[in-house]
Amino acid sequence: MINFEYIRTSSAKAAVDAKTKNKAAQFIAGGTNLVDLMKKGVTAPQRLIDINALPLKEITTDAKGVSIGALVPNSVAAENKLVIEKHPLLSMALNAGASAQLRNMATVGGNIMQRTRCPYFYDITMPCNKRQPQSGCGAMEGYNRMHAIFGASDKCIAVHPSDMCVALAALNATVIVNTTKGEKKIPFADFHRLPGDTPELDNNLAAGELITSVHIPANRFNKNYYLKVRDRLSYAFALVSVAVALEVKDGIIKSASIAMGGVAHKPWRLTEVEKYLIGKSITANVFKEAAEIALTGAKTYQHNAYKIKLGKSAIVEALTKATV
Amino acid sequence: MDNHSLLSETFFADDDRVDGLAKVTGKATFSAEFKPAGLTHAVFVCSTIAKGAIRHLNIYEAKNAPGVIDIIYHLNCPDVPGFKPVDRTTNPNARSFTGLKVFYNNMVVSNGQPIALVVADTYERAVYAASLVKVEYIKENAETDFEKNKFNDKLLKPRPDYVRNQKDAWATAEVKLEEEYTMPIETHNPMEMHATIAVWEGGKLTVYDKSQGPKNVQGELSRLFAIDEKNVQVITEYVGGAFGSGLRSWPHVHAAVIAAKKLNRPVKVTLNREQMFTMVGYRPQCWQKIGIGASKDGKLNGIAHHAVSNTSAYEDFTEGISSVSQYLYDCPNVFTTYKILPLDVNTPTWMRGPGPASGCFALESALDELSYKLNIDPIELRLINNAEVHPQSKLPWTTKFLKECYALGKEKIGWHKRPTTPGTLKEDGMLVGYGMAVGVFGAGRSAATAKGILKNDGSLLLQSAVSDMGPGTSTAMVKIGSEQMGLEENKVRFELGDTDFPTGPTQGGSGSATAVGSAVIAVCDAIKLSLKEMAIETVAAFKNFKPDDIKYENGKLVAANNSASIHFIDLLKEAGKPELQVSKSSSGFAQRDKYATNSFSVHFVKLHVHPVTGVIKLKHMVSAADAGKIISEKTARSQMVGGAVGGIGMAMTEETIIDHRYGRYINSNFVDYHVPVHADVPPMDIVFPNQPDYIISPTGAKGIGEIALVGVAPAILNAVYNATGKRVRDLPVTPDKLL
Repeated sequence: MINFEYIRTSSAKAAVDAKTKNKAAQFIAGGTNLVDLMKKGVTAPQRLIDINALPLKEITTDAKGVSIGALVPNSVAAENKLVIEKHPLLSMALNAGASAQLRNMATVGGNIMQRTRCPYFYDITMPCNKRQPQSGCGAMEGYNRMHAIFGASDKCIAVHPSDMCVALAALNATVIVNTTKGEKKIPFADFHRLPGDTPELDNNLAAGELITSVHIPANRFNKNYYLKVRDRLSYAFALVSVAVALEVKDGIIKSASIAMGGVAHKPWRLTEVEKYLIGKSITANVFKEAAEIALTGAKTYQHNAYKIKLGKSAIVEALTKATV
Repeated sequence: MDNHSLLSETFFADDDRVDGLAKVTGKATFSAEFKPAGLTHAVFVCSTIAKGAIRHLNIYEAKNAPGVIDIIYHLNCPDVPGFKPVDRTTNPNARSFTGLKVFYNNMVVSNGQPIALVVADTYERAVYAASLVKVEYIKENAETDFEKNKFNDKLLKPRPDYVRNQKDAWATAEVKLEEEYTMPIETHNPMEMHATIAVWEGGKLTVYDKSQGPKNVQGELSRLFAIDEKNVQVITEYVGGAFGSGLRSWPHVHAAVIAAKKLNRPVKVTLNREQMFTMVGYRPQCWQKIGIGASKDGKLNGIAHHAVSNTSAYEDFTEGISSVSQYLYDCPNVFTTYKILPLDVNTPTWMRGPGPASGCFALESALDELSYKLNIDPIELRLINNAEVHPQSKLPWTTKFLKECYALGKEKIGWHKRPTTPGTLKEDGMLVGYGMAVGVFGAGRSAATAKGILKNDGSLLLQSAVSDMGPGTSTAMVKIGSEQMGLEENKVRFELGDTDFPTGPTQGGSGSATAVGSAVIAVCDAIKLSLKEMAIETVAAFKNFKPDDIKYENGKLVAANNSASIHFIDLLKEAGKPELQVSKSSSGFAQRDKYATNSFSVHFVKLHVHPVTGVIKLKHMVSAADAGKIISEKTARSQMVGGAVGGIGMAMTEETIIDHRYGRYINSNFVDYHVPVHADVPPMDIVFPNQPDYIISPTGAKGIGEIALVGVAPAILNAVYNATGKRVRDLPVTPDKLL
């Protein structure tokens, strides 16, 4: 294993200062993704800044919404009463991710920061523009069954692997970040990036910035469902997933927020579908039409064409399940 | 069937695995966990091209990394005598080594091939130094694409065809079909990764190795390194699963021995998960085509079964995939072919149920398809064509309780609820399907030797140089010893996994119970005879009896007419002997000219398919196995459950994928290679006719390991068809295939 320094910090400020000083440093919390990446030689931080002692483990609520500390384990967030009561969609998505053991270790902040599971990214003998800019994309002409159908570029067709983030995108969450200049708020939709010409950048977090919490605004969504379709019934990444949050009154959709996972470099909000659904009644035909709109413009590769049909099916099913 | 018994409670009250406590408390020492003094740690550098040669291997930086002791590769590797080509003119019986000759030359024959071994004082330092080795290659075009080459006659190597009467009679039948069935490479992936520690002391070699056959490893190392077998000791006390990957000694075993000899220090080589895909075999990819025909009333008229599976470019691996169609059903006209396709990949090997696992996937799927065309229940169709004698040899089976398996399983799964028209039954909004398929494997008995040590404290110690990769061999041998000698099970111990013990067979092909069990029975018989002779010699009351006049009953020797009796503990004490030692061999099965020998299973599945997303949820599985006498019910059941889980993986999740541009596996890890998880596994019922087969062996057993898995995958695929009306002929059946 490549040698590295390891330090512990006890305040967000100290952590941010330490990272700002050393560009080759990385924060570590649960380590469920970072340690794998280090073992595989994908990343080799000179210094690990352990942030586990930071006071970022609270889940709080006020009139504006629910705040979840960045160090809250996924399993704790999933089982939290406030989360279940106010944002059941998030709880469902968290429980659909990984395995029980991983959910116990993985933090909310780390989940947002996790990197793609594209096999070409993980195998350092293969080309990958995300791991090594300008080396090419192994997946484009290779095995791309798990890959993106939306928002990809000619540099990268990887997908973001998180379930939690799909729900957070649908719930219009905000990522609260500590910087050297103080606190910054990043709307969830602006947090992750599309690959474009710089697939090495997963998100818009600047060097030295630290996620401290996630805020989920209060909402009126009374119909929620997270559907994940995967190759085995637990511990597998999504082929596609759908997060549905609807406000339904007297059988009419008043507001809608829908996102897909497993289809793009970031959680994929379906804004056109949301617009279409407002004012519609709950019928199978409306859901079918929504699915058609959702998959418009999808671009597939050799092994992932099934995602169009599966994506449509998943949207119909998630809407149906949410409104049962 | 008056003596058949199905309820587990009727077997053994206390049926725990004898090594269970050691395993679950971490007290069991696995191969990588031995710590001989001065142990060094070695890590492979592996090729990143699939075919070509090493132009230059730069070890400068690696050699100077902290803790590095040596880097061994083709230019500095000591000669391995057994790697040299054999001269048959001077030595006609010599066996030439066919496997990958590690560090033998600069040739690269597969991606992930070990090309250098970095030895360091710690594992972490060896891993780091290995990452610093720089390799330049002369690259050649590699061919790893099975799909592209499966009909390429320039590459294919045909095995002999089999023809019974007419080749293509099926095509003239009243009802017929011809379909192709394909399956990907499957990788064994046991929990415990392969590891070897080699220790040279003087001229003696000790090897701690994860293996299914310590004697086999001993023999191979003796041949390769030209040392007497008696100077090679192989220790394999515990094995954390293998499924066939431990049937050979692979390059990492040889590399550990080479390094330990060169450095004159103990060397440990452990494989990581990625290397488990490139170095210890796998179930080959395979294409099959079946033509099958029957009369309208369901009598089979012909089967043509063709198969192609891959091997490596440097070694032929065959597993007779299509042979199963020669004997599973009574059919007058049978034609089977089998060809192997060499590709620039590592060599495959036997994986649980080798041959029939792949063959039955095609045959049992085809039979199911035929049943719908005939409108005959799939079980009924199989009963119509049940083979009363072996269709090829016309020999009777030693025992065959396949019909009983149909009956038992059918009842348990609730077969009467199966919809006869696919896609018509719904439950909680889900499509419901029922399916079944048959599994088969050879049964028999190989030669084995065991030693018994009966002590005057009332205990019996049994020993044989075999391994127990998980089926519960030790537990079964303790039960046999206990039953034979009338001793409590806690008074009997079975020691294994050490070549210093008497010779036992490699654990594979479902043969351990019959082979080793027969040796244990022979040992117990010999012990009883020795005790009787000892009684006649030392105890006055027995003086006038012959051994035949004395009975052995629950530890006691009882003379005819009950005129005298003595417990063996007292007898040993009286004779002044602390213990009695006996070694005995039992021979291999010698009646192959009189009998056909097989184990059979029937697997039943009930499942749900989501009508919109195609996600399958298994609801209930039943496996009925004609495995002869069940010696240890709990471990037998566990073995069946484990095989069924392997079958779920084969049917629904497991697939090793190669990127042919690089000839490299791209899912060689547990995230991307999906073995079933608990959520995938439904409640299972295991039922046994439990009919002893005393022709094959005095144990009454026939073997479980393979039939536990063979037939599970087609049973699932047949249930998927029953639920959806969609016939998937390409494994695994992932949700996208059901859209």
